[in-house]
Formats: sequence, C-alpha cells, structure tokens
Amino acid sequence: MEGIGIWGVPLAIFAGAIRVSTPFIFVSLGESITERSGRINLGLEGTLVFGAMTAYAIAVMSGSPWLGVLAAMATGAIFGLIHGFICKFPKVNDIAIGIAMMQFGLGLAFFLGKPFIQPVAPRLPSIPLGGWSDIPQVQSALNINVLFVIGGLLAVALWWAFKNTRLGLILRVVGDSSDAARAMGLNPDTVRLFATAVGGSLAAVGGAYLSLYYPGSWNEGISSGQGLMAVALVIFARWNPIGCFLAALLFGGAGALGPALQSVGVTQGYYLFYAAPYVLTLAILVATSSPSRSLAGAPGALSITK
Amino acid sequence: MITQVRDTPLPQPGKAVGIQTIGMTMRFGSFTALDNVSIDIPAGSFHALLGENGAGKSTLVKCIMGFYHQTSGSLSVDGREVAVHSPRDAATYGLGMVYQQFTLVPSLTGAENLVINRAHVPAVINWAKERKDLAAFMERMPFKIPLDRPVSELAAGEKQKLEIVKQLYLGRSFLILDEPTSVLTPAEADEMLGLVRGMTERGELTVLMISHKFHEVTKFTDAVTVLRRGKMAGGGLVKDLSTKDMAAMMIGDVKLAELDTRLPVPADAKPILVVSDIKAPDRTGLKMIDIGNLTVHAGEIVGIAGISGNGQKELAEVLAGQRSPDAGSITVKGSLYGATRQETRVNNVRFIPEEPLNNACAPKMTVTENLAFRTFDIKKQGGDAVWLDMKSMRKRAASLIADFKVKTASHASPIASLSGGNVQRAVLARELTGDVDLLIVSNPCFGLDFSAVAEIRARIMKARNSGTAVLLLSEDLDELLEMSDRIMVMSDGKLVYETPALSADISVIGAHMAGHH
Repeated sequence: MEGIGIWGVPLAIFAGAIRVSTPFIFVSLGESITERSGRINLGLEGTLVFGAMTAYAIAVMSGSPWLGVLAAMATGAIFGLIHGFICKFPKVNDIAIGIAMMQFGLGLAFFLGKPFIQPVAPRLPSIPLGGWSDIPQVQSALNINVLFVIGGLLAVALWWAFKNTRLGLILRVVGDSSDAARAMGLNPDTVRLFATAVGGSLAAVGGAYLSLYYPGSWNEGISSGQGLMAVALVIFARWNPIGCFLAALLFGGAGALGPALQSVGVTQGYYLFYAAPYVLTLAILVATSSPSRSLAGAPGALSITK
Repeated sequence: MITQVRDTPLPQPGKAVGIQTIGMTMRFGSFTALDNVSIDIPAGSFHALLGENGAGKSTLVKCIMGFYHQTSGSLSVDGREVAVHSPRDAATYGLGMVYQQFTLVPSLTGAENLVINRAHVPAVINWAKERKDLAAFMERMPFKIPLDRPVSELAAGEKQKLEIVKQLYLGRSFLILDEPTSVLTPAEADEMLGLVRGMTERGELTVLMISHKFHEVTKFTDAVTVLRRGKMAGGGLVKDLSTKDMAAMMIGDVKLAELDTRLPVPADAKPILVVSDIKAPDRTGLKMIDIGNLTVHAGEIVGIAGISGNGQKELAEVLAGQRSPDAGSITVKGSLYGATRQETRVNNVRFIPEEPLNNACAPKMTVTENLAFRTFDIKKQGGDAVWLDMKSMRKRAASLIADFKVKTASHASPIASLSGGNVQRAVLARELTGDVDLLIVSNPCFGLDFSAVAEIRARIMKARNSGTAVLLLSEDLDELLEMSDRIMVMSDGKLVYETPALSADISVIGAHMAGHH
C-alpha cells in the first residue's frame, strides 16, 4: 500500500468491518427477532447458504440483483416457516430441528446450485462516499454497499419497534412468558412461527449479500459459518438490535485484521489473525459472563434459559 | 345488552356488578369436581371462598370465568342469566380474575404490561399520550405503583397490586382474587385488602376472594362460602361465624395430626450449625447476602422470616452447597462444612428445599429411586456400593410410602406424577429417615392443604424433640410462630432482628420484614 503506508491497516480494518459485518448484521437481526419470541433457530446457516444460492440464481436468470434478494427473502421465510411449524408440536426441540434444517438447507443449496457456479450474476450496487479524496484506497474503503446501510437502518427501526409498536410488545410478551401470552389471548406458536419466518428471510438477505456483493460469486464454500456465529452474536449483544449491529461491526473489524496485515507486508503469522474474531468472541463472552448470575435481558421463554 | 369487550379504563370509577351461580355442577368423566353449588354475591360485596385443596374452589371460579363449561347450572350477572364460553366472554360482562401466579410479563414495564393487555392496541403506540392517560387513570386508583420500571424489579406486593390495577384498567368491575396475599407481608396484605375493601364499600367493585387465612376473611370480607369435596359445606355472613365454625366446615370430621408438646431446649444444648460472616452474591449479582452470625442448637427450631427475594433462597443455596460464598465459614458440629456428599453423610445433615420436585428430586425417575437418593450408593454393611440393590430399595420405598402416607399409583411411578403434597411427603420421608442432626427446611407447607400441613409440621416438631437442630426458612409467619423457638428476620440480605418466638410481636417482625429497622 504505497502512498498511505501504515495508515492502510486501520483503513483496511474499517473497510473490512463494513464488508465482513453485513451478513452478520442481517443474520443476527433476524435471529434477534426469532429469539425475542422465545425460540432459537440454529438452522440459519442453512438458510443463509440457500439464500445465497437463490439470490445468485435469480439474479443470473433475471439480470436483476434486487430480484435475487427478494427471492432469497422468500425462500428464507419458507425455511423459517418450516422450522416454526415443526417446533409447534409438543416435545419437539427447536435446537435439534435447527441443526436438521441447517443440514437440509446446505444440502439442498449445493444440489440446486450446481448449474450456477459458472455463470456471472450482476452485483448489488454500492454508494461511493469517497469522492472527496484523491487516494484510491480511501475511495475504495468508502464505497459503502447498500445492504450495509439498510442493515443499519433496520437495526435502529427494530430497536424502536420493540418498544413502540404493538407487534414489538407482543413479540416480547411471547418471548418472556408463554403463560402470560396465552392469558391475554395470544397464541405463542403463531407468533413464533412468524418471528422465525421473518428471521429466516433476513438471514437469507445475509446470504444474498455473500453471493451478490462480497465475495460476489456462488460456490459451495461461500459461507464461513456466518449463520452460526450470528447466533452467538445475538446472545453477546443481549438481544438488542443495535447491540447486534455493533457486535457485527466489531466482529467484522476483527475479521479484517488478518487480510489488512497481509496487505501491508506482514508475512509471518498473519494466519493467526484470521482467528481474531473467534478469539475476540470467546474473550468477550468469558469476560461478560458470570457463573453465579443469569444472563440479563434473556427472553424468559427461550429454551436455553429455561 | 353489553356487546363490546371492556378493554379500556372506564371514564368513571366502575359500577360494581353482582353475580349468582345456580346449581353449578362440573363433572370430569365420572369424577364430580363441583356438585350443585349455588352462591349469591351481591354488587359491592366482598365475598370469601374457603376450602381445602381439591375442594372445588378453582373449578368453581374457572366455570365463572369461562375456562371450563359447567355440566349443568347457570351463571347470572346482575340478575340476568348469561352464557360465558371463554374468558373473553367473561370480560364482556366485566368479570376479571387475578391469578395466584403472576401473569405480568417480567421484562416489560408496568405501563407496557397495562397497554398490551387491552383488546385493541394501536399498531404504533404513542407513549406520550398513553403515559398521560395512565397518569390520569392512576389518580383514581388507591394503589401507588411505579409504572416505568420493569415488573421484574417490583416487590411482590407491588406486583400483586399491579395485577389488580390491570383488571381495573381493563374496566372489570367483578374481580376474583386467588389467594392474593400468599406472597405478601402482613402489613402489605392488610394495606392491599383494606384498599380493595374500600373500593367495594364505595360500590365500585365486587370481589370474590379465595383464601385460607381466617384472619383475613374475618377482618375484610362480608360473607363467606365454604366448599368441601365439591359440595357447599356452609356459608353465611362473616359476622355470624367464628373461625372455629369455618374450620369445621372446611375440614369436616377429619382428625388433624397434632404437634408434639414442645420439649424445652436444654440450657447446655450443643450448637450444631454455626454460620459466621457469610457473604455471597445473589441471583442478579447486584446485591449481596451478608449473614453475620447464625447458630442453631440441637433440639431447637430457628425460624427465618422474610419476604421472598430478601436473600433467604440464597442462604438456603449456600447451606446446600448450590452457591459458593465469597467469604465466611459454615461449621457443623464443630468442623468446617462444605456440603459435599461425604460431609453431609458424616454429619447427618438433611435438606428440604422449596419446590422439592425441582430442587430435591429427579422428576422423571421413579418414587423408589428418588427415595433412595441418600442411600443408593452405600452398602448395607458400609462401604461404597457398585451395584444397586433394587430389592432392598423397593422394600425401603414401600415402607417409607406406607409410613409417610405418600399417595402414589405405584412405587414405580415417576415422582413428577404425584401431587405437590405427596412429593413433599416423599421428600420428607427420605430426609427424616435415619439419624438427623441438622435439618434445613425451606417453605415446607407452601400450597398444601390442612391435613398435609398439620402432618408435615408434626413430623418436623417430632424431629426437633428428638434432638435435631432445625433451620426453618418460611414466608408464612403463622407457621414460624407456631413452630419456632427463635425467630430471625431477614431483610435485604441481612439478619436484622431476632426474638424468642414466645414473646414475639408480629407487628415488630412485620416492620423488620418490610425493611423498617
């Protein structure tokens, strides 16, 4: 990185944070909706990959990346509906169903996605905010993708909606106490069904970002576990949408550390930095947890907190 | 004709409605839970419903509220017969119920809880307007409750008041209260019932209260109905009945187990349990419990009083080894005690925690297996057992089941299938068998009926008289006054008051429980 030298590292981390965090933002926002309703959907990894495949395939066939995103949302919602529908039966465990759905989603995506590895799909647009600078690195770092912006707005909107809308309150009631929900004439299973569907459709948007923006291609190794890590991010963010957004940024920034160091010529041990996000997550989770205290803010009806 | 569900605060204080049941009968298969019960509750009266567990009280109120559909009989509201098919129908007529377990959502604030319970909530809630309306509504309420804090942060008394306020906010003018004071201090209970009584006197509300505390019934209610085994066992105006009459109607001719005469504690009784300077974080990690000095001698019962949530649970957990203290020491019979299985066995320490089904049993294992938890891993002749001796386990279970009158379909049933009283009896059987030097008991009679309560208390007293040191943690002051030799009050994580039970002054204890010390 000639020209800006060592300043390339924070710049690369900034750009990487935005680039890498976007799928985490969508999956964790979706999962925060699902978990706030009192259910965990571990199948989001499968939903994400299936969403990536659908988005890519539809974008290739229609020529419109946005149509691809919409199609991905639809399939994500279907995956969520299946999960929610199965979980409403008694004695069904949402975590086990989630793992099954994850494998189902992955397998189906690889099977149906085979013909789309070769063709090239149109990419999602980005907003060039770096026009004021002459330095190409700055220009490229400030090339913000549209989905990131939407994700940020969505986080704020969800945070507001949890407090100020009927649906938000209903979601929290169901997630905190199934009994209280039934006493006020709500059907917790129905609410959770739709919460899981919305969660699935948002997770699929995360997948669409992977195949249509960064890395911007479809293959079987497209996801590196974003769908699973996002579930951990939700817990880390204490089920707060804005927390999810910030946690995703932090995670993205840590993930960009390895490539950034590599780009300024650090040749030794940069592979270790690829593990930075995971080490960071572990460290933060250990630091903020306590053996004698229950998790603050956890929805009371969640199967892991019961 | 009222057709709309009442879901918003009435513009004026509500006008009480009276209700009547006529020949209410409810059968479940061949079992008659409620047999031809007719009661009349005029508008603006405060009516008590008494009866033991299983007497049909909850069946009756569930029929009134539309959870159950009576096999025969009818319900009238203000003299007109009505058909109530669901709680929603009941709401149409202004009937509401406050349940024994709280139905508020813990993580929502009081205001959020009130608003979301309305039948018609706007899609986007305008909090500025709602807050103004709520403030105006609360002006009319005799209860003062903070509405902007999450319900989980409220004290039990405040929650109970909020439950009642919620029903009034929804425009109900006939309320069923199911044991509303079971989690309150005497002072809180008196205050709350006094305010409710005031509302009935002003004709704003009619109340039917399920209770088993006679002093509340005589002090606050106008009339009483007593149920026994699904039938009307009696009733009338409270001023015409004595406590004794009511008790006789409730239990019929069953003979209750009597407490042994209390043997005096010998002056040289050895200290068995000594807790000194224990500090431990509570459940939230925000507060600490801090027990300076707590000593229990052989042959005495030390009672710990307090409103739930003041650290009693944490103290019990520390003693049971479920929570590790940050500082301080526990000694049993002079040696340090860490609640390991070995120490428990050597010192003959036994433990009856609250909610024994979850805290002292493996719910899905059989009664036999649960009864063997203390003994399954030692051989009869001493030493560690490798193989389970199923035959002697079954034999022992059979004799314990018979001794302690545990009602179970079979000794091989999962213990979770037993009723609460019988789980309590089974745990008591396990913990009180053999040599017991120290017994730690937490709320042993919560939610049990008269005969079970009498029997469990008699067993504990018997153990005390034979030299067991007993630490009794209870939220029921009457129980502590009846059982204890000494009473200590726990408030905000500390032991703040100690008195011999004989000369105890209930108002002083109540004041300390409420934190006025």
